[in-house]
Amino acid sequence: MQITLKLFATFRNGRFKIAEQELPEGTDVRAVVLSLGLTEEEIGIVMINGRHGGLDQALKQNDTLSLFPLVGGG
Amino acid sequence: MDKIFRVNMTDLTTKVEEVPAAWAGLGGRGLTSTIVAAEVPATCHALGAQNKLVFAPGLLTGTAAANSGRLSAGAKSPLTGGIKESNAGGTAAQMLAKLGIKALIIEGQPKGGAWYNLSVGLNGVTINEEKELLGLGNFAVIDAVEARLGKKTGVLTIGPAGELKMTAANISVKDPDSKIRSHGRGGLGAVMGSKQIKFISIDGEGAQAVKIADPEKFKAAARVFSKALLDHPVSGEGLPTYGTNVLVNILNEAGGLPTKNFTVGEFAAHDKISGETMHDTIAARGGKVKHGCHAGCIIQCSQVYNDKDGKYITSGFEYETIWGLGADCCIEELDDIARADSLMDDIGIDSIETAVMFGVAMEAGILPFGDGKGVLRMLTEEIAKGTPLGRILGGGAGSVGRAYGVTRVPVVKNQGIPAYDPRSVKGIGITYATSTMGADHTSGYTIATNILNVGGYVDPLKKEGQVELSRNLQIATAAVDSTGMCIFVAFPALDIPECLPALIDMINARFGIALTGDDVTNLGKHILKLERKFNQEAGLTSAHDRLPDFFKTEPVAPHNAVWDFTDAEIDEFWNF
Repeated sequence: MQITLKLFATFRNGRFKIAEQELPEGTDVRAVVLSLGLTEEEIGIVMINGRHGGLDQALKQNDTLSLFPLVGGG
Repeated sequence: MDKIFRVNMTDLTTKVEEVPAAWAGLGGRGLTSTIVAAEVPATCHALGAQNKLVFAPGLLTGTAAANSGRLSAGAKSPLTGGIKESNAGGTAAQMLAKLGIKALIIEGQPKGGAWYNLSVGLNGVTINEEKELLGLGNFAVIDAVEARLGKKTGVLTIGPAGELKMTAANISVKDPDSKIRSHGRGGLGAVMGSKQIKFISIDGEGAQAVKIADPEKFKAAARVFSKALLDHPVSGEGLPTYGTNVLVNILNEAGGLPTKNFTVGEFAAHDKISGETMHDTIAARGGKVKHGCHAGCIIQCSQVYNDKDGKYITSGFEYETIWGLGADCCIEELDDIARADSLMDDIGIDSIETAVMFGVAMEAGILPFGDGKGVLRMLTEEIAKGTPLGRILGGGAGSVGRAYGVTRVPVVKNQGIPAYDPRSVKGIGITYATSTMGADHTSGYTIATNILNVGGYVDPLKKEGQVELSRNLQIATAAVDSTGMCIFVAFPALDIPECLPALIDMINARFGIALTGDDVTNLGKHILKLERKFNQEAGLTSAHDRLPDFFKTEPVAPHNAVWDFTDAEIDEFWNF
């Protein structure tokens, strides 16, 4: 299946902003995180298609996965 | 002993008073709101002689506690018609605290047309007639006051917007680099203008270290508190690196970034105005990615933004301003937004209200969406000069909506709604609706828990849990706003168990008292109820605790969310 992966803030350092990725059916968010060389602890916010998601969530064809470190403002 | 300094602009007299027992345990917002509620008739005209402008440092301001240098300003708001508290960084709060000034109360109104400046020092206030600096922008005022009175002088000033009594006018506070921080919201600059005071100077001569009842206990608590701020990823790393503007991309992904005057929740050009792009631009142009708004700030969320030739444009360049002129007005050039930010500081007009206003002005057809150069032109040629159009624009979003017959006007209690769409981030909608301040994200920042996973998680698109979340945060914020602390200490306070007890320990060690967590919560509740009582007496009822109709009838993409709280559900907020 194909997904769109978006990275933000420090996660872009040495990586990318946005990429299309070909993944085996049923791959979960955790597997994508680990494949990037990131740890679970570094993940602040997971969004799938603009909704908050979790590391255990399985991805589907054409999903957009967005990963953020824990950041904030206001 | 701390004193109250009182200035009467009607008879041009000043007094130094003892602090009444009832005010002794108060500071910051708790004190300014208490004084306004006690001394200002709620039904008075906000620009008349009966309104009072009150400044107060927080309970911890002037001590070595990290991030404690905020100044609270309060009055009846000419924008909302209710009570107003607005706090800002800069150098003034710490100077006032070290001079032993618990509050500065400015009352009355000159009978003639003369303008004045106030000189605040150790022994009191003097009122001086001012002629030379009238009509000047805030940067020129700060330069001139420093040339007159010395580089270290503290300055509170209003620009042309305040002199013209525009309801979006703010009060500027000199920061450690002689630039500007602002008491932004609610038109307090117009209140200062109505007292015919162009600027207030503060002479720190004779200032002393703030007395600490138990220095050892204070030092220990301050260390724990600082560590929590530095350890939390938001206050310790995210804010110093990207500033508050890191939120553009997050809110865009969440579909909560109000775009094109609140018609959609995503902005196609989000990356051009994002915190990530801004960080890289600042670094490439030799600016500063981190910068503090007051001495002792260890979060450093501010920055110095230069143009492509490395020349200074602005500092304190915030998410709300960039969102407002960027996504909400569809301006894609960060340099145009930065120049507008600097102009708004100089003119002395709130950058949130003004950005929301321009979105409404664009919908009204006064200028096209995306016209950054048009915004710069209208700031300098209309608002700063006080033309008839400029006065309508300077009245904020509601003023433009009324003048041009626009119905999509994002305001609550006539104050512009900031950078988070209440349909797709529902907790913040409860805060906008119920805040005693009018639409104000800082008064109960549910974005932390709705979007950022700080302090747990409450689904932003569902109604469940939002009223309780907003209530708890508004109560806590009212208390934090009384300490002189920057509200960003809330990020570690929500997640790190030692943080809040350390804050309370610092207050206890400073005054030799024994407040508990419950006492602090009760203080927050007391302040909210006091402010609401003032608003009710001023004629703001639960019918004003509502969002504009269009949020209920126009679904916002991408989630097609609407504002779906009933009136009774909103009113449940006040059940405490």
